[in-house]
Amino acid sequence: MSVNCDIAFTLNGVPRRLAVPADMSTLELLRDQLGLTGTKYGCGEGECGACTVLVDGASVNACLMFAVDCDGRELVTVEGVVAGATGQRLRDAFVASGAVQCGFCTPGFMVQASHLLGQGRAGGEAEIRRGIEGNLCRCTGYRKIIDAIATAAQGGDHG
Amino acid sequence: MRCATGRWRRRVAEVAAVLDGIARYVVPRTLDEALGVLAAGGVSILAGGTDLMPQARAGRVRLQPVLINIRRLPELTGIERAGGGIRIGALVTITALRDSALVRERLHLLWQACDHFASDQIRNVATVGGNLCNASPAGDTLIPLLALGASAVLAATGGTRRVPLGEFFTGPGRSCRRPEELLVAVEVPEPPAGFAGVFCKHGTRPALDISTISLAVGARRDGTVLRDVRIACGAVAPTPIRALQAEAVVEGRAADAATIAAAAQAALADIHPISDVRASDWYRREMVRNLLQRALSHVGQL
Repeated sequence: MSVNCDIAFTLNGVPRRLAVPADMSTLELLRDQLGLTGTKYGCGEGECGACTVLVDGASVNACLMFAVDCDGRELVTVEGVVAGATGQRLRDAFVASGAVQCGFCTPGFMVQASHLLGQGRAGGEAEIRRGIEGNLCRCTGYRKIIDAIATAAQGGDHG
Repeated sequence: MRCATGRWRRRVAEVAAVLDGIARYVVPRTLDEALGVLAAGGVSILAGGTDLMPQARAGRVRLQPVLINIRRLPELTGIERAGGGIRIGALVTITALRDSALVRERLHLLWQACDHFASDQIRNVATVGGNLCNASPAGDTLIPLLALGASAVLAATGGTRRVPLGEFFTGPGRSCRRPEELLVAVEVPEPPAGFAGVFCKHGTRPALDISTISLAVGARRDGTVLRDVRIACGAVAPTPIRALQAEAVVEGRAADAATIAAAAQAALADIHPISDVRASDWYRREMVRNLLQRALSHVGQL
């Protein structure tokens, strides 16, 4: 067992303070300790993007991040993303475009897409394709996901 | 009997160390504090964690009793011009390198490698220092930095030393960094005016995949001939390597078809590829031969 460390961070806008083992991943913290199961465990080594979360505004693989490193940072998970205007627009666009099949990769795509929209990096198909390189989908062939992100990008300011 | 007991005790201590996991987690606020922790020994260094976490989980790296998080050290940040070169702090992320106008304009070879590095999620976290210390023969930033003649700046309580990257890597996953040393920065000499370069890598998909081979080719156009020719190759030897024989073929010559073909042939004597899950040694040689010709012809026209 590794030593427990006290950390304080903001999770989906709410300040949190808790103790985590030093070798725990942020993904384990979110799913197992905090019960936020929207963030998915896919590969556990940064290849699939199913565990994508925002840390201080940048998209990150939660499986590759030590939970102790969350100390002092601002985390947003898919649960936080869909609570905002950009997330709701993305969710509507994913539904309208049929961008969801089995759904396992969807939270990771939603978080990464919100990051791209927030940075103004969803200006066209080529840019969107580059932006989602770190997310794997084994059902859709990506076409409808790209359509959904493009639709959401056209749908107003990205607040 | 005594000897067997000693072996048994050592084995118990080893097993206990694994079961005990991380005994202490430290987040130093100054470089001096960090170097003091490292000097005591038994430390794993955490920066971005994108290599440390999966390697520890897979058992390829054993976490030491002390985990030191160096992310809060201001001395390891920033990209700036310093003394005829560009100093890149070890904690600079790949995204920060990619977003830097200085890197894009003056170290375009490195910029290209950062643009092709893994995925957005990993670029946002992975650091140039971590990429260097991980010392993968296929590490994406290592190849252009080697071609650009960069040096690693290593600090310890006893002082700081600079090691050219050509001497820094000692094997797959190994460097000459001593356990008590911390990589604080990488220093890149500013390329001469007119220096242009091409980085290319080959894998089964453009993103995330570890390179089957990678190449960084740079040179300065002087009239019709190429000078200051630099060729570095990844994933074709136990460490990233310079293709010195190929460089010598091109140096001071025009990049015509005969020179390019001769250089690609010479490069085959510079590299020592192995067969592994990603490709056979034969395939790697053919890819070096072909991609080097393409890159040289491109550099000749830049």
